[in-house]
Amino acid sequence: MNIQQGLRDRRVLNKNWSLVKRHNALSQRASIIQNIRKFFIKRGYLEVETPYLIPSPSPEAHINPVVCGYWFLHTSPEICMKRLLAAGYEKIFQICRCWREGERGNKHIPEFTILEWYRSNIDYKELMKETEELILEVSESMGFKEKIKYQGKEIDLSIPWEMISVNEAFDRFTNLTLKETLEMDVFDELMVERIEPNLGIKKPTFIYDYPIERSSFAKAKAEDPSLAERFELYMGGVEIANGFSELIDPDEQRKRFEIENNIRKRLSKPVYPLPEKFLNELGQMPPSAGIALGIDRLVMVFLDKDSIDDVVSFTPEDL
Amino acid sequence: MYTASDLRKGLKITIDNEPYIVVSFEFSKPGKGQSLYRTKLKNMITGLTIDRTYREGDTFEPASLEERPMQFLYKEGNQYYFMDNQTFEQVVITEDSLGEAKNFLIENLNVKVLLFKDKAIGVELPNFVNLRVIKTEPWVKGDTSKADFKPATVETGYVLKVPPFIEEGELITIDTRTGEYSTRVKG
Repeated sequence: MNIQQGLRDRRVLNKNWSLVKRHNALSQRASIIQNIRKFFIKRGYLEVETPYLIPSPSPEAHINPVVCGYWFLHTSPEICMKRLLAAGYEKIFQICRCWREGERGNKHIPEFTILEWYRSNIDYKELMKETEELILEVSESMGFKEKIKYQGKEIDLSIPWEMISVNEAFDRFTNLTLKETLEMDVFDELMVERIEPNLGIKKPTFIYDYPIERSSFAKAKAEDPSLAERFELYMGGVEIANGFSELIDPDEQRKRFEIENNIRKRLSKPVYPLPEKFLNELGQMPPSAGIALGIDRLVMVFLDKDSIDDVVSFTPEDL
Repeated sequence: MYTASDLRKGLKITIDNEPYIVVSFEFSKPGKGQSLYRTKLKNMITGLTIDRTYREGDTFEPASLEERPMQFLYKEGNQYYFMDNQTFEQVVITEDSLGEAKNFLIENLNVKVLLFKDKAIGVELPNFVNLRVIKTEPWVKGDTSKADFKPATVETGYVLKVPPFIEEGELITIDTRTGEYSTRVKG
C-alpha cells in the first residue's frame, strides 16, 4: 500500500461513522422543516421566537423541566405563544427546541424540536383539518407517495383521516370502559399497551375528546364537561401531535394548574411558581386553537426510522 | 435498590423472590401522561418471559445472585462448559439460560458465572469482547458514498452491522451490552 492510500484510509477510519450514516436523514429533515415553514408563511402565519429560558414552566403533572440557573428551559413555548394571542397576534407559528428532563427512549430525547401553531377563531376540529393539510402538503413537496411505508406497514395519507374518540378507543381496543379505566387508574398503561399500537395504522388517526383531568390547557366540551376538546394525532402507532381548543377562562385555568401541582406534590416532585403574567393576560385571549407537533417524530415516520436517534445529528450519548 | 428509571436491558431484579433479567425495555409517555417503563422480563430459573409495565417511582431489589469468576471452556450441543478459576470445578449452562451471551462466548473468555442457590443460571460478560469477522462483503476502498453499515458474521456465528471498511479476517470490538460494533482492533 502506498503512503497516500494509507493516509486516505486513516482519514476514513477516523470518521464518525454514525454521523456519516445519518447524512441522508439529516438533509431530508432540513427539507421537511423548510417545507413546513413554507406552508405557514403561505397561509399568512407569523413566525415567532419566544424565550427558551423562562421563570415559570408550564404546570404539568408529568412533564419535568430542566432547571437552568434560577430559571428553567421551556418544555413547550405555549405560555409565551398564548400571551401573543392574547395581545392580538391571530395566526402564529414557531419551530424551536424544547427540553424535558428524563425523557429518553426510542421515541424520546430530552432536547427535541417542536412545531407549535396557534390560530384565533377556530376550534380543535378545524385545527385537525389544518394538520391534515400541513402533513399532506409537506409530504407532496418532499415527493413522497400518498401511501408511505412505516416499519412494514402502509399509511395512506389521503384525506379524510381516521377519527376515533377516546371513549370509542377504550371500547374497541380494551376490556374496560373509559370510566372504569379512570377509576382503576390504568389510563396511561392501557393507552400505551392496547390503544396506541392500533392508531394511525392504515391512515393517520386523530383520537379526540380526552378526559378533562388529562388536558390542563384545553377547553371543556360544552355538552360534556368531563371531556376536553383535545386531540392527539398518531401515525404508525407513533404519537405525532397534541392539539386543543384553548381554555381562555383565567379562573378555570388557575384551578387546573392547582390540580396539576397537587399531583406533583403527591408524587414528591418539585412545584414551581405559577405563570402569573400569563394568567393575567389570558382573559384577553380570543377563542383559539393550538397544537404542538414533534418534528423529530414526523421525520421518523416520513423516513421510516424506528429510533429518534436516526433523525437527529447528536444524541446526548454522542456528546 | 433500583427505581424504574434505572431499568435497562440486562438489569437483574427480584420479583416474588426469584431473579429476573430485563430482556427488552421501552420508555413510553402517552400525551400528557406519566412516564411508563415497559419491559419484557425473563425468569432466570424457568426461562419464562413476562411483560411488565412500571411507573416512575416504582422500586426493585437487585436479583440476589452469587457471582464467581470462571473461564468459558467449550460447548457441546446446547451445553456450555465453564471452569471455576479458583476451584477448577466445572459447571454447565444451557444455551437457553445464556440468552444473548452465547453470541460473545469464545474459548478462554473470562466471565462471571451467576449462581442462584448454588445453581449456575447465567453469565455476566465483560462489557467489550474482541471477535474475528469471518464473513462480510468487501469494500471498495475510498468509497465513502456508501456509508450504510453492512452485515458481518463473527466467529461465534453472530451477525451484526459493521462500518463498510471492515474486512474479512479483521478483529473487531463488540459492546456486549448492546450487541453493537464498537471499534476495529488495530493490528
